[in-house]
Amino acid sequence: MRVVDNLNLALRSVLERDPEAYLLGEDIVDPYGGAFKVTKGLSSTFPDRVLSTPLSEGGIVGVGGGLALAGSRAIVEIMFADFVALAFDQIVNFASKSVSMYGKRVPMPLVVRCPSGGGRGYGPTHSQSPQKHFIGVPGLSLYEISPFHDNQALLPAILRRAVPALLFEDKLLYGRQMYTEGVVDDLLQYDFPAPDVARVFVETPDECDCVLIAPGGVSQRAIGAVRRLLLEHEISCQLLIPARLYPLPIEALLPVLRGAGSVFVAEESVAGGTWGHEVAQLVHRALWGELRHPVTLIHSQDSIIPTAGHLEEQVLLQETTICRTVVETLRD
Amino acid sequence: MTSAVATADRAKERTPLTDEDLLLLLMIRRFEEELLRLFGAGLLNGTTHTCLGQEYVPVALRTLIGLEDFVFSNHRGHGHYLARYQDLRGLLAEIMGREGAVCNGVGGSQHILRDRYLSTGVQGQSLPVAVGVALRLKHAEPGRLVCAHIGDGTWGEGSVYEALNMAALWRLPLLVVVEHNGIAQSTPTTAQMAGTIADRVKAFGIDHHRTESTDIGEIRAELDPMIQRSREASLPLVVEFATHRVGPHSKGDDTRPPDVIERAEAHDWHRSYATAFPERFAHADERARSLVEEVVAEVQDLPPAVWTEQ
Ligand SMILES: Cc1ncc(C[n+]2csc(CCOP(=O)(O)OP(=O)(O)O)c2C)c(N)n1
Repeated sequence: MRVVDNLNLALRSVLERDPEAYLLGEDIVDPYGGAFKVTKGLSSTFPDRVLSTPLSEGGIVGVGGGLALAGSRAIVEIMFADFVALAFDQIVNFASKSVSMYGKRVPMPLVVRCPSGGGRGYGPTHSQSPQKHFIGVPGLSLYEISPFHDNQALLPAILRRAVPALLFEDKLLYGRQMYTEGVVDDLLQYDFPAPDVARVFVETPDECDCVLIAPGGVSQRAIGAVRRLLLEHEISCQLLIPARLYPLPIEALLPVLRGAGSVFVAEESVAGGTWGHEVAQLVHRALWGELRHPVTLIHSQDSIIPTAGHLEEQVLLQETTICRTVVETLRD
Repeated sequence: MTSAVATADRAKERTPLTDEDLLLLLMIRRFEEELLRLFGAGLLNGTTHTCLGQEYVPVALRTLIGLEDFVFSNHRGHGHYLARYQDLRGLLAEIMGREGAVCNGVGGSQHILRDRYLSTGVQGQSLPVAVGVALRLKHAEPGRLVCAHIGDGTWGEGSVYEALNMAALWRLPLLVVVEHNGIAQSTPTTAQMAGTIADRVKAFGIDHHRTESTDIGEIRAELDPMIQRSREASLPLVVEFATHRVGPHSKGDDTRPPDVIERAEAHDWHRSYATAFPERFAHADERARSLVEEVVAEVQDLPPAVWTEQ
């Protein structure tokens, strides 16, 4: 099953099971079914609760906040993650703060879905990975879809926590297949050493030379790098993909990280103040004396994301960048 | 009278237009069609929004807006650019990421800056910026104006109203050109806009003019005095073109029912001009075709664009 179909099923089952759940977004109704077709078929089944909206990102996230405040569950699709910037106020100053700023806990089951990332030649305003701009906002959680995590479990779990969340969805991932039955390919397997943390490993999960932590959107590049490291450099690298990026369930990752003593973080975000910095700080605090080298961050260049394919490739995180950085770091 | 007959009658009444305007209209049409073909053939990367059906808007405006005026364009901006600069080569190179690209292949189809022309891919973003430029022009270069193109869907963005308010308050020479094609991506205007653009604009005390014409001469005659006034009195003006998107929103993503598409096509300037001036039209079309074909052949063979000013 393709990732986009899994996500579609997950949205469908939320709407089916929860008569108080709403899904809002631009151009999400049938027959169009959303810019990336994630919501295809849903408005035909739930015409009153799956609504195409005007071009009003700030407004519709505010509406989602209002639905949540009044006791509904709200899911809002932002057509391109870049435009979540237009909803920054509603997310940061209203939804997230409301959970606690009135001196008592206010449930706020709001999920803002953000198709993110480049690699499709959409240009500087349609290709960003804005995760980093939302890290460290009290009350706000960040998730990212992956080909390992079943969104039919993840999405209801996020809503049950009843705090506002952003769900990042890598655009290139939509068309990829979900992995099943613990098998990645002829070389690699996967399991879940902790809830919502997927681990990709070679043969046995207990031994490895290093650990690579990556958000779901980087899965393919990270898996490619893990294969190359093994086949071309005889380095056994384990890959960890947490569904929740922030707050990161660091305690759950520590046993795996401790064993390796060598940790890398790969993300598509452009350089500077990235999610990786947050991960590195957490790992350093927990394992400083046990690491062979400081956590190494691998990300896109410090740059806007250009349109032309060959320029985009120079800027964005590539499989080869991950591979090269790991090899060079371990060699030093 | 059936609508087909009405259209044909209207076509016969077309005011004459210059060879230059006719060629420009057809060049833009061929350029956009060629882009869709290149996409279909897998020769283009990324995305594009063609202005098929709406080419006449910037062509009509081009004699009313000078190079010293600013133009803010949007995602559907190829026609805006070509009507102003007639630069098929620079634009195609930009879209294909080749040497000679207007913005070195960095911006692509919807992020272009050339002298006093700028486009951006975030809806609604340009209007407050246009107000800032108009504020400066009012003081530094009286008589010049800022022309900003937006679609009907973009009226969903709050920034549009913040901008209109400031433009009216400060009496700024801002011309907002609304290309009201009745649809935003896949959403019909009726499903995304309450009330009308005219009433919204009126609420700010800004002049609003709506035109249904696709006739270059007629549009110019209608708009010339209004735009003059906006310049001379330094006042905002909103001109709403009732227009029709003949092609897809982007590429291969037209989910409109066939009768809706047919209705859009019935309003196409292309048919009316072809009927009104068949020989000149055929001649200009031939010329437009060969100009576009030449440029495509040339640009395809160019080396990749180089980006040095990172
Ligand atoms: C802030 C923002 N939201 C959403 C989009 C995605 N998008 C691009 S064009 C478009 C429709 C715009 O409709 P309209 O303003 O009517 O212009 P048209 O496409 O009809 O020319 C949408 C939703 C965007 N570019 N920017």
